[in-house]
Amino acid sequence: MKKYQNKHHVLDTTILRTATNYLLPLLILFSLFVLLRGHYLSGGGFVGGLIASIAFVLHSFAYSTKQTLALFQFSPMRLIGIGLSLSIFSALVPVFIGLPVMTGVWFAESVAVIGAVGTALFFDIGVYLVVIGVVLTILFTIAENV
Amino acid sequence: MLFIILLTFVLAFSTLFLKGLGRSKFTGLLTLIPLSLFIYFLSYLPKIRSGKEVLLFRNEWVPSLGIAFDFKLDGLSLLFSLLITGIGALVYWYASYYLKGHIYIQRFFAYLGLFMGAMLGVVLSDNLISLFVFWELTSITSFFLIGFNNEDEDSRKSALWALGITGLGGFFLLSFAAVVGSIAGSYSIHELLTQSDFLKEHASYGILLFFLFMGAFTKSAQFPFHFWLPGAMKAPTPVSAYLHSATMVKAGIYLLARFTPVLGDHVYWNTTLQVIGGVTMLFGAIHSVFRKDMKGILAYTTISALGMIVFLLGVGSEKAIYAASIFILVHALYKATLFLVTGTVDHQTHTRDITQLGGLRKTMPALAGAALIAALSSAGIPLTFGFIGKEIIYDATYTYPINQWALVFTGVAVLTNVFLSAAGFLVGIKPFFGKVKERCQDVPKPSLQMWLPPVVLSVLSLVFGALPQLVNQGIIASVARAIGGKTIEMELALWHGFNEIVALSGGTIVLGIALYFAFKGYQNSLRIVARFDSLSPQHIFGFVVEKFRTFAYAYTRLFQSGYLRIYLMVIIVFFIGLVGYKLFADVPLRVNTEGLSEFRIYELVVFLITVIAIFFAINTPSRLSAIAATGVVGYCICLIFVFYGAPDLAMTQFAIDTLTVVLFVLVLFKLPGFLKLSNRKIQFRDAVVSIAFGGLISLITLQALVSPADKEISRYYAENAYVLAKGKNVVNVILVDFRGFDTLIETIVLSIAALGVYGLLKYRTKDEEISE
Repeated sequence: MKKYQNKHHVLDTTILRTATNYLLPLLILFSLFVLLRGHYLSGGGFVGGLIASIAFVLHSFAYSTKQTLALFQFSPMRLIGIGLSLSIFSALVPVFIGLPVMTGVWFAESVAVIGAVGTALFFDIGVYLVVIGVVLTILFTIAENV
Repeated sequence: MLFIILLTFVLAFSTLFLKGLGRSKFTGLLTLIPLSLFIYFLSYLPKIRSGKEVLLFRNEWVPSLGIAFDFKLDGLSLLFSLLITGIGALVYWYASYYLKGHIYIQRFFAYLGLFMGAMLGVVLSDNLISLFVFWELTSITSFFLIGFNNEDEDSRKSALWALGITGLGGFFLLSFAAVVGSIAGSYSIHELLTQSDFLKEHASYGILLFFLFMGAFTKSAQFPFHFWLPGAMKAPTPVSAYLHSATMVKAGIYLLARFTPVLGDHVYWNTTLQVIGGVTMLFGAIHSVFRKDMKGILAYTTISALGMIVFLLGVGSEKAIYAASIFILVHALYKATLFLVTGTVDHQTHTRDITQLGGLRKTMPALAGAALIAALSSAGIPLTFGFIGKEIIYDATYTYPINQWALVFTGVAVLTNVFLSAAGFLVGIKPFFGKVKERCQDVPKPSLQMWLPPVVLSVLSLVFGALPQLVNQGIIASVARAIGGKTIEMELALWHGFNEIVALSGGTIVLGIALYFAFKGYQNSLRIVARFDSLSPQHIFGFVVEKFRTFAYAYTRLFQSGYLRIYLMVIIVFFIGLVGYKLFADVPLRVNTEGLSEFRIYELVVFLITVIAIFFAINTPSRLSAIAATGVVGYCICLIFVFYGAPDLAMTQFAIDTLTVVLFVLVLFKLPGFLKLSNRKIQFRDAVVSIAFGGLISLITLQALVSPADKEISRYYAENAYVLAKGKNVVNVILVDFRGFDTLIETIVLSIAALGVYGLLKYRTKDEEISE
């Protein structure tokens, strides 16, 4: 069954594979860029996460699901947990310093390139990770099982 | 007080972890829990008896809604607490032997302890909401207790019936709490006391009574909700003793008694209780003598006794309230005795059929004595506590101010008591006296734990009967004060001199004995009752439940067909109906084309591509091309977002669309080409639904252009995005800051969806692997 699947799911072309090798890091960089600029220009964790997912989906088309999964040190499902924890943690940070939940807390100094850093950014990174985890879990599970 | 109740729950839970309880010799030690509670409550007796003060224990729970764990200790709640813990202690001790070696014994004691805690909560709560919580907890724990032998189908069924009926009543109680709370502005029962007149004159008084009565009647098995109670006999006998004498079924009585000073003394209140209580007491009493199962007889006498108390509360005179106060205790004592006796008989002879029992006094003399006293008490023979109870009941009905009703009430009371005495004799005397039956030969002697508890209770019946002032001064007076709302002075004595009441008592005893002998040899008694089965409330309820089930099946089959296309259509049609109705009925439809700009050439192109893609998607014979076409539609919409300056939306839509297409391809890749599943008719139907839906959405969009939009919210976000959240992209600021909680919850929903997909598909693969 697996063999049959691979034969049909993988577009076995040299051009696509070569292109993917360059596109994957570029797309991920782009998704990070979209994630980080979100607070000032259009973009954000959700879109960033989707773009990163597309990058991995492209990779899985050029190679195979298995090889894409091999790019991760662990199952993408774990990204969901990490992302959710990060989001929730960033929502709880203000509580530790005596503010209501989800109040934005900001570092005094701006960081070069990124700009002001606050809990909202970490919240967004959490969303980014959750989106990647969710999309890849759903797609790869289906790809492996249909 | 909260601590005491919580402690009961904690101890109950911790019994679950006592492994090897079934074989242990120390199971009886669990008795210490209810016993120490009993002593604790007993220590409050002098305070309650002497002063008119009411002890309040306040604990806040949800102060903003007026919900609290307030507890109140007065005569009424103290009497119930003493019954719950006192009889509870005997039941614990008894059950430790009765269920010895049962594999689920620790489970049993956990249920029993939870139940006891919940009952204590009910009778002590001063706040209606917390009362409701404990009330439901008693329903649930009794469900576990009744269904304790859960391998038996009848047990499960009875437990479900009990939970169904009492749970239904619970909803009414909650409604009652909500309505009273909104009228009086407080859930606190002792505060409601001060508003008694206001509530009685309120327009919603009738509804209030209805809700309260439904709650109380279902719990206390009043006609026509009585039938769950005989079913509850499937529980182990110690549980029956507990449920029937001291706890569960008395909760409804307690509720009525508790609200007598608040809502009572009104013609609606009195008439309803008189009618329902009267019917119940007579119905239960007559039914009881037709049974052969000892527990069955006792169940119907319980129904009858509960009816009696309700009836007395309905009569409502000072004497009647006093009689009700006494009868609660009278009934608890003799009923618990008889149940425990029944349990012992069942345990030793393995039968409860009275036609097979006889002459047991030789093997269990002490038990026979206890049973005899209890039977005499239930018949109201002098020197027993039952006599005093019966005297004062007759006194109360006989002195009812309206003459003809006094006659009717007294008649009903006498008739009920005649049947109750006969039923008491059937359980308490018949198995022990007379000829020794075959089943009763060579019966092992019961152990100490199996006969001492009923003996203790019966001795109490005798002591209170001989020295009524003891219990009158001790607690009954303060109970009557709590129910009546004022001090009621009554002298209890064994002998008031010869009068009509004594004559009535004598007549009752004679008739009861006569009835007992008349029914003794009657074998086919059950058949007479069975003839009227189709008219019984249980039958009618069963019928309703069955119809309800049929309807539920039909409804489910209609809407949960298992076809995605049907689900989608149901949702869409429902939406069209609801929104369409609202749109055409309430909104003045105006289409304003003035503000629309002209088509620019690239917009026109995108529009045309969209239309072509749609037609292609509809007509193509291949799934893949259909998916590709819908993808094209999606991208075109992205472009429109771009044209009108919504880059965030466009980006998201673009990414989502790409992934959707990929997902569809993955899923549908393997499926064959379109099968001819639809015919012209179905296609036509689908077309109508889609066109209607599309038209409706377009109309709403056009309408939205006409209506003046409320810009305040968006202005707020635009103005404060940088000030409050240091962000220049308003969309993102809303997502991560202003509405961050929404986003957080959404991500959680997404995660659950992903886990769901993962679980479903992985599970299926594993299944297949196994089957291969």
